[in-house]
Formats: sequence, C-alpha cells, structure tokens
Amino acid sequence: MIEIEGLVRRFGTLTAVGGVSLKVAKGEVLGFLGPNGAGKSTTMKMITGYLAPSEGRITVCGHDVVEQPFEAQSAIGYLPEGAPAYPDMTPVQFLSFIARVRGLSDEAAKKAIDTAVARTGLQGVLDQRIETLSKGFKRRVGLAQAILHDPPVLIMDEPTDGLDPNQKQAVRKLIRAMSAEKAIIISTHILEEVDAVCTRAVIIDKGKIVADGTPAELLAKSPTKRLDDVFRALTTADAEIKVEAGS
Amino acid sequence: MNLNAVRAVFRREFDGYFATPLAYVFIVIFLLAMGSFTFYFGQFYDAGRAELNTFFGFHPWLYLFLIPAISMRLWAEEQKTGTLELLMTLPISIASAVVGKFLAAWAFAGLALGLTFPMWLTVNYLGSPDNGVILTSYFGSWLMAGGYLAIGSCISALTNNQVIAFVVTVVVCFLFTISGHNIVLDFFQGWAPLVLVDAISSFSFLTHFSAIMNGVIDLRDVIFFGSLIALFLFANVVVLDLKRAG
Repeated sequence: MIEIEGLVRRFGTLTAVGGVSLKVAKGEVLGFLGPNGAGKSTTMKMITGYLAPSEGRITVCGHDVVEQPFEAQSAIGYLPEGAPAYPDMTPVQFLSFIARVRGLSDEAAKKAIDTAVARTGLQGVLDQRIETLSKGFKRRVGLAQAILHDPPVLIMDEPTDGLDPNQKQAVRKLIRAMSAEKAIIISTHILEEVDAVCTRAVIIDKGKIVADGTPAELLAKSPTKRLDDVFRALTTADAEIKVEAGS
Repeated sequence: MNLNAVRAVFRREFDGYFATPLAYVFIVIFLLAMGSFTFYFGQFYDAGRAELNTFFGFHPWLYLFLIPAISMRLWAEEQKTGTLELLMTLPISIASAVVGKFLAAWAFAGLALGLTFPMWLTVNYLGSPDNGVILTSYFGSWLMAGGYLAIGSCISALTNNQVIAFVVTVVVCFLFTISGHNIVLDFFQGWAPLVLVDAISSFSFLTHFSAIMNGVIDLRDVIFFGSLIALFLFANVVVLDLKRAG
C-alpha cells in the first residue's frame, strides 16, 4: 500500500535521505530504526506530503504523493514527532476540527470520534484543554487524531516516546489490534518495541537502508542474538563521541 | 480551494481567539485606545462638530500596532508548536488554510471595530451627523484592517518567532501607511523615475482611506485594498509552499 522508490531529500548540501526504496503491504507493521538524524523523520514527512522529495517517487494506495496529495493524504493517518496539537483546544474540539477538515459529515464525525476516543482511552479528559494534559494523554490525543478517519495507512513518528511502561504497553496493544487491516510504519529507537509490535524491521543509517527483514532475521545476523548488537554493528552513531567525552 | 476546509479552519481560528483571554484583552485595549485617542487627543467635544472624522482619523495609527498583535501569531505559532506539520499533512490545500485563517482574523478585527458603536450612538445623541459618511468610513476602516492583516499574516509565515513577526509587521505596515508622505518619497525623489515615485505614493493606506472617509466609496480604493489583500495572501501561500520544498 506504500511504495517508495529512490527517495532522496537534500537540505542545502546535506543529504538527509539518500535513495530509500521500500514497499509496505497491508498487514505489515514496519519498524523504522536508526540513530538520531538518520533520516527517519524526514522520510515520514515526505510520505505524508509535508516535505517535497528532492528525487524519487512515493505512492500511497496507488496515489502519487506529489501529484495527488489530497487522495494520498486522505488515506494516511499521521502522528508527527512530539504529537503536536492545538494547546488551547480540548480533545473533543480538536478531534471535531480534524473530522471537519477531513470532510466527515456531522454524524460520521461523531461516530469516528467516539470510536477513536474509546480506542485511545481519552474518555476522562475530553473537556480539558490539551495544554493542561500530561505527556501520555497528549500522545493519545495525537493517536486519536491519526486513527480518526480509520485510514488504510498509518505513519507514526515515535508513538511511545516519553510514555511510562503502562502507556507504552497500551499503545503497542492498540497498534497490534489495528495491524491486520492496515499498513503501518512506526519509527522508534527503542529496540524492544520492534520485538513487541513489528512484523518487519528496517534499519536506516545516514539516509540509507542498511538492513531489512523480520526481527528474527535481523537477530540471526548477530552472534549474540541481541537486537542492540545488530543495531550497533550496522549504524554509525555519535556514541563514540560520548565515550571520548566521558573518558 | 475547498470551502469545507476553509470553514473548518475559520471556525477553529475564530473560536481560538475566545478560548484564551486574548480576545477579551485585545477588545478592551482596542476600545480604550480608540476612545481615549478620540476624546483626549482628538478633542472630540471641543471640536463641537457632529462627525466622527477625528475618530476614524486615528484608525490607521492605532491599527499600526493593534493589527500586528492579531496577525503575529497566525503562522508563527503553528510553526512553534509543530501544528503546521499536522495542518499541512491533512488533505487540504495551503490556500484553504491561509484564507480560512485570514478570514477569521479579519472577522475578529471587524468584531472589535463593530464594538466601537457607542461612538456612533454618542455622536447621534449630540447632533445629527451624516450617517452615510460614518457607514462608509466603517467599511473603509475594516477594508484597511484587512490590508494590514494580510501583510501581517504573510510576515508571520516567515518566522516561528511571534515577536519578530510583530516588529517586522509594524515596520512594513508603517511604510505602507505613510508611503504617500515625504518621509518615504524624499528617499526616492531625485534618482528614481517619476513613475516609480508615483507608484510608491499610490500605495499609501492614508491616501486611500481618507478618500473613503470623505464618504465616497471609489471603486479604485476598494480595488486597491482588495488586490493588496489578494497579493499578500498569495505571497503567504508561496512562503508556506517554499518551506516544504526547502
């Protein structure tokens, strides 16, 4: 449902994404792994049409993201990094706004909001301003916004970042529950998450894909059978700098 | 452009003013400023004339500071909180979002302007003014507010810092306000061709507004403000579009 071919994005002289090709089918949960600055968020921003690709093609459900942005964007639910939402609105107002912009009728919007609220467990905070909510609830408001129109494609940038273990568990359960009917991409640098929810893992480093396979296949690459070691062997993080600074 | 999307963005934005104390603080200060300038500096009573020309005469100068206070947050805040990314990945065009937000700000400015109606009641109580002139002046003032807002909206899209957006908007609006005045024209006279000097002086908000204030709605003045608004909103769309192309 998501097809990416030769995707390149440059910022001035910096190449953030340098030729990424991927296909994600229905039923797949793709974990997008990589060190900070590897190009995960930039790739997601291009899939969702926020950034224009410098080169390459992206199609979502058969619609080219650059040429038919609205058709593609209608098929996507997107949770941007940090789950931004309008701080002066309540979750109900915010979700109603999203529903209206997405062209849902009043009746359909009400149903969609009820479903999204139930799935993300927002019932208790519906009439509190978003700026007064805890980080966990803010993240759930972002999730509710992303799944509101029951999109066939879900793109989530670090959906569990900053959540406590219980909340992480709840979000992963939600992702697993939706995975059969959708094509899902989540980015993360929490490796246990890949084991917990992903059917496939793609490791990206310096804008290029360095590994692509099921979590089990990736584990087989390492003698220690630990995902951490696979990750460290394949990516060049600035961890070395930290060691030097510490010594 | 999609009307549904424009309406949704308009509603969110307009309600947003009243979700925080912003709307109330702004309206109170707007009315206090309008009133005090008219009565103290304009010496409304001493003039002894049943007209609101002193009142409307202060509008360009008060707008210079009050309108950028509305427009500065339009896009700068969206960029700061990251909601711009959310908005731009929803299936709506940039133009719909720009127009929806602008119309909400313009409607809000219109509401603040409308709440100065006690001035109109006062002058009608004290004498018998030409209400046609007052009505066209209100219309002209609102058009002019739209011009300032469109400039401010475009500048707000250039930065994620509201203070910068405010200061730059005040300066640009100041130049547009007085471009018919010698402060600006002297700079160009002598070396620039006369056509250019004339063109610059024709951009003056003061000239166009005072023409409407005299009670005559000349189509040229309406077209001036209308096309200025369209031009800056178009530039606003281009600025946002360039951000995604980088």
